This record gives sequence, structure tokens and C-alpha cells, in this order.
Amino acid sequence: MELERPLPQPITPEAKPYWDGLREQKLMLPRCRSCRRAFFYPRVVCPHCHASDIEWFQASGRGKLFSFEIGYQSFNKAFKVKPPFVLAMIELEEGPRLMSNLIGIEPDPKKIHCDMPVEVVFEKLTDEITLPLFRPAGGAR
Amino acid sequence: MKELRNSVCIVGVEESDELGTLPHKSQLTLHVEAIRNAVRDAGLKISDVDGIFTAGQHSPATIGEALGIVPRYVDGTTVGGCSFIIMVGHALVALHHGLCDVAVVCHGESGRSQVGVTPRRDTAIPGQYEAPFGFGGASTMFGMITTRHMHEHGTTLEQWAQVAVSTRQWAALNPKAKNREPITIADVLNSRLVCYPFNLLNICLVTDAGGAVVLTRADRAKDCAKKPVYVRGAGEATEHVSLTQMRNLTFSEATRKSGDKALVMAGVDYKDFNHIMLYDAFTSGPPIMLESLGFCKPGEGVSFFEQGRSTPGGSLPINTNGGGLSYTHSGMYGIFPIIEATRQLRGECGARQVPKCRVSLVNGMGGMLSAAGTLVLSNEK
Repeated sequence: MELERPLPQPITPEAKPYWDGLREQKLMLPRCRSCRRAFFYPRVVCPHCHASDIEWFQASGRGKLFSFEIGYQSFNKAFKVKPPFVLAMIELEEGPRLMSNLIGIEPDPKKIHCDMPVEVVFEKLTDEITLPLFRPAGGAR
Repeated sequence: MKELRNSVCIVGVEESDELGTLPHKSQLTLHVEAIRNAVRDAGLKISDVDGIFTAGQHSPATIGEALGIVPRYVDGTTVGGCSFIIMVGHALVALHHGLCDVAVVCHGESGRSQVGVTPRRDTAIPGQYEAPFGFGGASTMFGMITTRHMHEHGTTLEQWAQVAVSTRQWAALNPKAKNREPITIADVLNSRLVCYPFNLLNICLVTDAGGAVVLTRADRAKDCAKKPVYVRGAGEATEHVSLTQMRNLTFSEATRKSGDKALVMAGVDYKDFNHIMLYDAFTSGPPIMLESLGFCKPGEGVSFFEQGRSTPGGSLPINTNGGGLSYTHSGMYGIFPIIEATRQLRGECGARQVPKCRVSLVNGMGGMLSAAGTLVLSNEK
């Protein structure tokens, strides 16, 4: 079956625990053992305190919609989700922000607002790759 | 840097022979045309150039080779569209220390026709964490900043649209501008929806264009063809590349830092400017840049774009060439605001000339407010 989305590439070695976690429906984040702050994307030096002692933990999957856009066309040849779709910047409750899509809501700027609570939904693309998407918290069931 | 104030001048500026949709010209041709034209504007020869400063797909070595010269100083700092603004500061230092005598900051990009360009490829961060969700291109990123600004400050789509209207009024007066017919706020709001919160007329043009700026030390500038424009202040900074890493999504720390450095070096205050050039890839950019620079409080930047302020005849003209929104935007726009500020300070702008233009601010961003460069330019010491 043809994929609706481009696969993440390249998967970099420092991000392996992130993608391994998603495959098991877990949102894993790196955290600094020195300052205890989580961060994203994965890297080998803490961007907050610059220590090199990094651990991984399972995030709650809860957060808020920090900002959003609504795409009315495809901006990326390999992305075949039918527009309009919601491009989302999520702020996880552990602190880090990441890019995703907001699903389970009508793509209407009157119905979507910054800071609305969201929760992760795991979207399996292939046996190897699962993506974290988000939906309104407690909604879209 | 204060001791370098006014030590270097812009002595030549020019675009490529043509701007717009140019499928008959390669990116390298646009670049070389711009350099030839700017060197001619300065009353110099290409063989006088011994410093090359360029960003993007062409390395300074490529340009040196194309010109058939052996530059003794090169800089290829590529941090987005503002790289050329930042490089004026780099050229200033190199010229001041005698590392070169005639510096050219230059750009050529076949942004629309893609003739002779290297195909773009996602690198690890956007390819891994952004592309799978449909991100691609600047409008899918800068909108995040814009939507959040509307949430935090109550800015409206009508206020962003006013930026496009003001800028188009200037474009109407610039024979080189691509889009010159007047537009209204309603025209902006009714143009094609591309990516909320942006309609088509909130987004810059995509053109083929080149531009170049020639600099030399003030002592030598006296012998050039045109009236020298002094580089009074220069500043730069970078903050992030990925938008998720920007500390405050509606305030650019890089812009603030670059502006503070340039204004302190120049010894000027906000009220001293009578002309401003801001990098307008999107209508929301210039107001947020003014806020980040400190011209006003966060949320108040849109007020600068009201009729009678930024517009022709207004109290503080902004983007008088018609901007990336209406004049030209090849992809890395940063060379063009420097060209326009220089022309305004020389008094060469005809119908769009700002009266008594003495001190001009040029501020540009790289990426999504990721990097920033600021210049204070003046026609007097």
C-alpha cells in the first residue's frame, strides 16, 4: 500500500530510542541526569546545562497545542494526507516542543485554539515506523 | 566595534540585469551580472575586488572562479536570507584590518525557474521530525509564529494584511517591482488560502534575481563614482534553526541581540531612523521584527504599518522598494534591503525617494527568525 506520509529520514543513531519507543506505542524523551530537564530533539549534550549524562524516560503523552496552521495544499510531494490538515506545534507537559499533526477535530481556525489540551495518538506507518500524532484531550473517541 | 563606526562605506549596489521569472538565465549568471553591475556602479573594476562574501549554494570560490579573480579574503557564512546583511559586518572587519581592500557581498538565485540550482534535500532534523507531518517550505513554519502571536497579543488577520497593503503602495512607485497594482485589505484576505493564517498575498514572491553590494574603506570611498554610504553599525546573532527550539515563539532573541549590537556601535537611538528596511518573507515578519528590535512593545508592531506611518509620505517609511512581498524575493532576500537603503541614502529613488533620508536601518532574518543581521547606514558620519 502506498504510504500517505514521507517516512522520517535519515533516522539518526542518537534518536534510536525515540523511534524504538514509538514502535511500542511509547513516547520516549531524552532527559538530562544532571539538571533533570527533558529536551527534544535527541542529542548527546543537554541543551539546558550542557552535561553529557542523558537518560530516556516515557513521557505522559499529554500536552497542549502551542501553535498551529492549517494546510490547504500539500507542501511536500510525499505527503498525501488530503488537505485541509492541521500542522501542529505541541508543547508536552514535560516541557519540550515537537511538530506533529492535530487530528480528530475539524480543521477550522474557529474551532482550534492555542493552548488547548491534547494527547498523543500513535499512527503506525510501517513495521518499523510509528509517528506520534495528537488529538484534543479526552475527545475524538 | 565602536572604533569601526564609519570606517567602511558602501560604494556600489545593483541588481542583476533583470528580476522576475527568468528561465533563460542560470543562477550563476544572475550572480555574476549583479557583481559586474555593482562594481560598475562603484566606478571600480572586477579586478579591483579582492574580498568575496556570499551565502547559499555558491561558495565564494565558485564566484571567484566565475569572475576569474583570486580573492585574498573569502566568507561563506550561510545562516539563511540575512547572511548578506551579516556579511556587511564581516566585510567591515576584514576591510578595517586590511585583509582585503574591495569587498563584494553578493547573491544570485534562480528561486523561481530553478536553472542551475542544486536540488534541496532535507537534513536530519527536518527530515526526521518535521517532513512526516507535512511540513515543507517556509509558510508551514512561519505561520506557527504568526498564529501564536495572534493568540498572545490579539493581532488580527486584518492587521497583518495592512503590511501587504503598505508595501504594495511602495512597489507601485518602483519600476523594478514585480507586482505594482494597488491592493486592499480585502484583496489580501480574499486571496487564495495557502496555509492558515496566510493567504497568498501574505507570502513573499518567488523570483529569479541577483544583487551585490561593494564596500571599501572610507578613505578610498572618496575616489569612487557615487556618494559613499557609511556603515555606522552592524550586528548579528543566531538562535535556532528548528522552530521547536525557539525560546519565545513570538519574540526573536537573535533579532534583539543583532539590533542592540548595531545601534550601540552606531551610537543611535530608535528615534534617529528616518527609513527602515525589514525582511518581509511574510506580512507578520516586519511587525514582529520591530517588536524584537525594541521599537515598540510586543504586540504593537502592526501599528507601524498604518496609513501615514510606513506608507509613501508617512512618518517612518518601511520597505520602500516594495519588499519581498511585491518587488522581488529570490529565496535569500537579504541583499536587496541593503541595496534599497543605499539608494535611499544616495537620493536615487525618484518617485519613492524618502525626503531627507539620513539614517536607515536594515534588519533581516535567516530562516524562521532563526538568525538576524542588523545594519545602521547613513549618508553622513
